[in-house]
Amino acid sequence: MAFLFDSFEGWKQYCEEHNKSLHETVLAFEAEQKGRTKDEVWAHLSNAYHVMKDAVETGLHEDMQSQSGMINNGAKKVFNYPTPVLSPEFQRLISRALAAKEVNSCMGRVVAAPTAGASGILPGTMYTLQEIHQLDDEQIIEGLLIGAGIALIIEQKASLAGAVGGCQAETGSAAAMASGAIVHCLGGNIDQVFNAVATTIQCMLGLVCDPVAGLVEVPCVVRNASASAIAFSSAQIALANVNAVIPVDECVEAMGEIGQSMEARYKETALGGLAATRTGQAISKRVLIQDIEMLPDEEQQEG
Amino acid sequence: MSERSSVFDMIGPVMIGPSSSHTAGVVRIGRVARRVLGKQPDEAQITFYNSFARTYEGHGSNRAILAGLLDFKTDDVRIKQALDIAKEEGLKYNFRSVGNASVFHPNTVKLELTAGERKVEVIGESLGGGVIRIPKLNGFTANFSAAHHTLIITAKDVKGSIAFISNVLANDNCNIATMSVSRKGKNDLACLVIEMDSGIQPIVQQYLSHLDWVQEVLYIPDIDF
Repeated sequence: MAFLFDSFEGWKQYCEEHNKSLHETVLAFEAEQKGRTKDEVWAHLSNAYHVMKDAVETGLHEDMQSQSGMINNGAKKVFNYPTPVLSPEFQRLISRALAAKEVNSCMGRVVAAPTAGASGILPGTMYTLQEIHQLDDEQIIEGLLIGAGIALIIEQKASLAGAVGGCQAETGSAAAMASGAIVHCLGGNIDQVFNAVATTIQCMLGLVCDPVAGLVEVPCVVRNASASAIAFSSAQIALANVNAVIPVDECVEAMGEIGQSMEARYKETALGGLAATRTGQAISKRVLIQDIEMLPDEEQQEG
Repeated sequence: MSERSSVFDMIGPVMIGPSSSHTAGVVRIGRVARRVLGKQPDEAQITFYNSFARTYEGHGSNRAILAGLLDFKTDDVRIKQALDIAKEEGLKYNFRSVGNASVFHPNTVKLELTAGERKVEVIGESLGGGVIRIPKLNGFTANFSAAHHTLIITAKDVKGSIAFISNVLANDNCNIATMSVSRKGKNDLACLVIEMDSGIQPIVQQYLSHLDWVQEVLYIPDIDF
């Protein structure tokens, strides 16, 4: 059971051999490996979902301006704009993902899922999915359990940290978790869930982590919105049994390989990409503390 | 390979943004320092090093460290207002930035705290994901994570003291996970840091602190409680 989340293939095989659904095996793993009862896990996820929805509401109703000023109540503007570009549901999806992530950038309470940098994606997608399809909380929590299983495998085979694998590892993983959860909640089988994960990863591969001034704001906030949209587009494709061609495990391996070969300046160091643009550097100069005593190189330091 | 993550790590923790290493980890360091001091400080001199030195304001680490000193937990929504709350509660603070400190981890903060006559100095590192390490305490090497139950004993460097203390803990049914000893010099003061899997009873702490060769016994339970 310790090896359940080494690969998607192994996870599927275990489910089939033991005649269990995906979310049941996640509960069994947590019980055997971490000594947590089903009720404890359920209570944790139920609270997490509550905090996610709270973050969405906070972001849509309270003042959200970050210390740097780069984040300034964008979610509310999107939510209230008179023309939906696709549908009112799409508009709500995008504004909710933005809202929860803005709360994170503005020192509010969020759920790291899987990380703080990607903390708008599951709230935006799950909240909107529940609303459109009139799902109850139990179904959403089953989806979150599957999302956790997906993240456990990605962590094992690639990474969930921007500093290790770039943005694809954070928002890419969160989008993969969300799209798997969406497909499950809409009655998809194991192959369809995994196909959604594979498709999502294919769409998110290669994204670098290049935050302006090193802050979790630009482009992190808008990428939470786009990743949420991709989670839905992949779920739509996967539910129709459109094959991702490259199996999900190999997609995750590709993500790991790309992450490894990414240069350090694209891994949260704020030295490349958007952070290194003229404007990015000017913002950095303005918001970062400049009054620093620099110790000489060779001095024996205190400590 | 490190221990497998859990569902609780993949969907969680519930935390205050923007980043686990700049907020959650820093709050925890503040909570440890408050426990080492034994109460809320009257004054705090806070030095942010290296990567922290430039970004502590943008990431809110200044608010997070004060929140820890005020005994807020990592998911407390008041963290954002910690600068104002500290002022209201009469906690005087001052921030300083030091770069190029090559001996320190990129995300290091030093706290020099005063409460009445008592002064302590704690150095903390935020390792990522909210995990912390306290490399130094009052000039002694400490090296603990505060994720376990931690016992910090300052005592005279006498023969047999480590055997004696571990015996007392074993009799209280405590399993020692890690232990580190450092001293200022031979026959001088020594600092013993013991991380245990479970807590100790108050009477054990009292007993140890009444030994004539023991100067101080600090007990820090799991830092999130």
